Amino acid sequence: MEKRRDVFQAIADPTRREILLLIAGEPLNLNSIADEFEISRPAVSQHIKILDESGLVVIQKKGRQRVCHINPDKIKEIDDWLNPFKELWENRFNSLDSLLEELKDESKNKNL
Amino acid sequence: MSKTTFTSDKNVLTVTRSFDAPLPLVWRTWTEPELLDRWWAPKPWKSKTKHMEFKEGGYRLYAMIGPEGEEHWGRTDYTSIEHHLNFTGDDIFCDENGNVNKELPVAHFATNFNEVSGQTEITMITEYESEEQLKQVIEMGMKEGLSMAFENLDEVLVAEA
Repeated sequence: MEKRRDVFQAIADPTRREILLLIAGEPLNLNSIADEFEISRPAVSQHIKILDESGLVVIQKKGRQRVCHINPDKIKEIDDWLNPFKELWENRFNSLDSLLEELKDESKNKNL
Repeated sequence: MSKTTFTSDKNVLTVTRSFDAPLPLVWRTWTEPELLDRWWAPKPWKSKTKHMEFKEGGYRLYAMIGPEGEEHWGRTDYTSIEHHLNFTGDDIFCDENGNVNKELPVAHFATNFNEVSGQTEITMITEYESEEQLKQVIEMGMKEGLSMAFENLDEVLVAEA
């Protein structure tokens, strides 16, 4: 099953926002995108994977190339005045997820 | 990872989210100051609770501290509490002593907890006096940088799409 990811999580990262800006100008293959960044290729790939999972980016296979296109319908989801509110709560809930995992681990360890 | 759903209807916002943890544990993370401070502020902000008494008529006085040390104070007043079920109250803007800022909107909220198959579902309903007040608070959040700073991204993307 394909993993699905929320657009707000996807755009929460500044590098991913930069990638979106890049390919908004023109579709680019992975290597061309990676060339624009100082971080490693695998790191760029990971960011693109997240953008793909969120539906913001669509990856088209052209022979051995993988060309990244922006998905205009998903982009429209971002353009909403409620966004700061949504981002705030998404952020909080992600932190809460991590905290709950820690607390669950802590209580498991106590029972050992 | 669970998806958060947001619905808005004029002056009322509803947020729903499930957590992979038992209800009593999730309840603690919303009602104990040390735990609240560990998730309440969106990174890179930090949450600091100055005073908290989780009981009907009690309140939590806290600050959100920004990356440059800027402080934004808030108070959550607890109106009703039903253990492990829900709690309701008001969210107020204030100063570091808890004095209410009368010029800013007050949010009335209800947070409900429901356990289904070991997962805890939270439903938060936030209500403002009017839709204008709701928008005002959200716009303030943007200016104070509590959002992740879209900068002009959405404008550019929408223009290009």
